[in-house]
Amino acid sequence: MSPAALDTNVAVEIHDLTVAYDRKPVLWDVDLSIPSGVLCAVIGPNGAGKSTLIKAALGLLSVLSGRVWFFGEELNAVRRRLGYVPQRESVDWDFPVSVRDVVMMGRAGVTGVFGRSRPKDVEVVEQSLRQVGLSEFGDRQIGQLSGGQQQRVFLARALAQEADLYFMDEPFAGVDASTERAIVDVLKALRERGKTVVAVHHDLQTVPEYFDHAVLLNTRLIASGPVNEVFTRENLQRTYGPRLTVLEEAGEAMARAREARPS
Amino acid sequence: MSADRQNDADACMWDELISLLSMKDATTRTVMLGVGSLGVACGIVGCLTVLRRRALMADAVAHAALPGVCVSYLLLGERELGALLLGAMIFGLIASGLIAAMRGRTTVKDDAIIAVVIGVSFAVGIVLLKSIQNTPGGNKSGLDGFIFGKAASMARAEALTVAAVSAALLVLVFSQFKVIRLVTFDPAFAKALGLRVRLIDLLIISMVCVCTVVGLPAVGALMIVALMIIPAVTARSWTDRLSTMLVLAGAVGGIGAVGGTALSASVRTPDGSSLPVGPTIVLTIAAVCIVSLIVSPRRGVLAGWLRQRRARREMMAERVSERARAGPLAVTTAQETNDPGARP
Ligand SMILES: Nc1ncnc2c1ncn2[C@@H]1O[C@H](COP(=O)(O)OP(=O)(O)O)[C@@H](O)[C@H]1O
Ligand SMILES: [Mg+2]
Repeated sequence: MSPAALDTNVAVEIHDLTVAYDRKPVLWDVDLSIPSGVLCAVIGPNGAGKSTLIKAALGLLSVLSGRVWFFGEELNAVRRRLGYVPQRESVDWDFPVSVRDVVMMGRAGVTGVFGRSRPKDVEVVEQSLRQVGLSEFGDRQIGQLSGGQQQRVFLARALAQEADLYFMDEPFAGVDASTERAIVDVLKALRERGKTVVAVHHDLQTVPEYFDHAVLLNTRLIASGPVNEVFTRENLQRTYGPRLTVLEEAGEAMARAREARPS
Repeated sequence: MSADRQNDADACMWDELISLLSMKDATTRTVMLGVGSLGVACGIVGCLTVLRRRALMADAVAHAALPGVCVSYLLLGERELGALLLGAMIFGLIASGLIAAMRGRTTVKDDAIIAVVIGVSFAVGIVLLKSIQNTPGGNKSGLDGFIFGKAASMARAEALTVAAVSAALLVLVFSQFKVIRLVTFDPAFAKALGLRVRLIDLLIISMVCVCTVVGLPAVGALMIVALMIIPAVTARSWTDRLSTMLVLAGAVGGIGAVGGTALSASVRTPDGSSLPVGPTIVLTIAAVCIVSLIVSPRRGVLAGWLRQRRARREMMAERVSERARAGPLAVTTAQETNDPGARP
């Protein structure tokens, strides 16, 4: 165990993480550490292993090798301090459950699943709903929401966990511009309260604006550190391959078009 | 003359149906208690099975019960109900374990794996059954009743056992409601919270096994899964809440099973024999299900069709007025229906 692994100011410390589903490795010998109190983007092309990194860290997969510490402790000792926002497609939105019930699931780790929900749980759930702007939708069945609203339900559930470290898998996927702003505001509010967020992010354009830390991943770790140090053209090219320029031009063109479009 | 006789037969059928449903006679009450509580338990367990996407798996478990019954008969050499059902239970669990194991270790897709297990289980069951029937005394083993079921022959002790088992399942499901709902809805999140997802999955599939086993003598291995899945599908069309869905499915299963049993006892085929119980129950519940799927106000086919028609009308009206406003030369290319949430 390295000294860093015991450091409680390090939110996530990963050593030598290797994961394979079949024979092909999806993550190869990943070492990284993320300080606490930052918003950290995990970026990389499709299939790079971003979701796998989060799932492996949370103990949802069996790994070939590797160890993970959160705030210097093992997973089982700190589970209550971890929040999770899975990818939106990972559940069946036709499930017969209301928005409020789903957000209440976030309390299961705090209150336990056996007890009745206490007034405090109800309060936290309402507050989480308010924070993501879904107060009026509490009684709706979750399938009757737009994609952006569903994404916010997951975010509210994570907020209800009252965690110190949040893992979010593509929290901005398929949301419109106003929802994206709302989510960014929530993330910044979390950072102000000293929380740490590790989020898979796809829009390279907004990385420097939203995040202060970044992990660049493509099966192997390409780079990890403060955005202004690691978010460089060279690192991006090593992550996405030489075709990145194409991506970038397309992205910039779209951004220009968005600005030029009369609102 | 023959019309008269037909009328008499009809009147007789109704009298019998009513007398059965009013349960004046003790034997009837026993059978109804048995099938009714079986229906309730199956309906409730069916909801969890459907929501966790284990409907096909449940069917495989039920089919595997058949060779299970035969193997324990062959081992014991006599018809001892408890042992037969234990055999069914063990084989059901083995089948589900086999499916789970093959899922991770082969490239064959889930549904194909399950179809193979269903087919093989049934084939093994029939072969064993035939060889049992060829042994001395095997003919009277009554094992063939486990294929289609024989509710009319339910003994008092048997009915009470079914009722007790159903009550236990109800207590289990409702006391563990929150955990079961969480695991069924989002297993990855549940696991991240540290919940034992595998244990809950095992619990659900064991409940399927138990329902199969207690339902085997009455409804049979082929149709027991219908008694689980159809009430669940029916209930889902009326509600968006899991708790309500469980209660409704239990009610549909229970009432359907009682009604179907009464129908089977009172309706006579032309040659004077009564209808088989299992199929009659399934058809009764299926009728309720089909009506529900058509007329349910939120999720019914009819409501969907009306909604779509209204939306189309509104769009057409809007288009016409927009064109009128824009003048005759305007090109209508506005297609602002992009749902920001919809991603390929
Ligand atoms: N359950 C699984 N079984 C087999 N392969 C998987 C599974 N999940 C992901 N993979 C594969 O692992 C690779 C990385 O997946 P993932 O971590 O989801 O990537 P990302 O989130 O970066 O797009 C992909 O090639 C994907 O096909
Ligand atoms: Mg992913």
